[in-house]
Amino acid sequence: MNYFELFGLPQDFRLDVEQLTERYRELQRSVHPDRFANAGALERRLSVQHAARINQAFQTLKDPVERARYLLELHGSDIAGENPKLDQAFLLEQMELRETLADIRSHSDPHAVLDELSDTVRQRTETLIHLLGEQLQEASAQSLSAARTSVDKLMFLNKIHQEVNEMYDELMED
Amino acid sequence: MAYSEKLIDHYENPRNVGTFDKGDQKVGTGMVGAPACGDVMRLQIKVSDEGIIEDARFKTYGCGSAIASSSLLTEWVKGKTLEQAAGIKNSDIAEELALPPVKIHCSVLAEDAIKAAISDYQTKQQNGEDREEVA
Repeated sequence: MNYFELFGLPQDFRLDVEQLTERYRELQRSVHPDRFANAGALERRLSVQHAARINQAFQTLKDPVERARYLLELHGSDIAGENPKLDQAFLLEQMELRETLADIRSHSDPHAVLDELSDTVRQRTETLIHLLGEQLQEASAQSLSAARTSVDKLMFLNKIHQEVNEMYDELMED
Repeated sequence: MAYSEKLIDHYENPRNVGTFDKGDQKVGTGMVGAPACGDVMRLQIKVSDEGIIEDARFKTYGCGSAIASSSLLTEWVKGKTLEQAAGIKNSDIAEELALPPVKIHCSVLAEDAIKAAISDYQTKQQNGEDREEVA
């Protein structure tokens, strides 16, 4: 039973995270240790294992990058090598976003620049997630390969998203 | 895990940080990235008419090992021919900086970057010649 089947959800990248969370809570309750207080040792051990798998499945499906990688795995599509070739335009923009972030304190209104940066990152992320949904839905060899590239790109965006959030914290402390 | 003195030195005092004009006919630019850690690296070379790398610049957003790898590389390629520079292996960088195994991919990134910069320069020269022929 794969993770989607475990939660009774269609095997689709575009899943409803609220629904996933709801199913997760139901399943969690069903394997709660309290329910197995009077059960035998074997049954208790199995319920613990099952709970761990439910957790793993939830963590995988709720995160877009992990969900996409899992779907690619289900399609038998290997994740690209460590440093795949990415298009220059994308890398150039990544470089610019990182440069803007690094120089943020030199602006008269760093918060405004950071808000703008944060907006750009969110837009790029949304666009990529939308694209990834289409690519994984089509599931041809070509679109799966393109989906791998999208996952790689999302990882860069996650990184800058994280750094933007750290910068918000830093600016607050100033 | 203790990092080597050389690695720390390149990280704390990176050499040749900066940019050349991308549009300059003598400049080759290589942009690469590693999704796993979100590192991005830009490496630029300035090549003489004799095909010798006169100068190099880099900018890397990433971990200390990625910064040190690209800093070291800019030092190494200066004075080299394109062919010599293309022959630099990531294992040479990893060895010089004593990179821990989990950071080997940073040296791979640097090797990819110099190869990309050389290829960009060569493409530019090729296109330049084509234009001259047309003219």
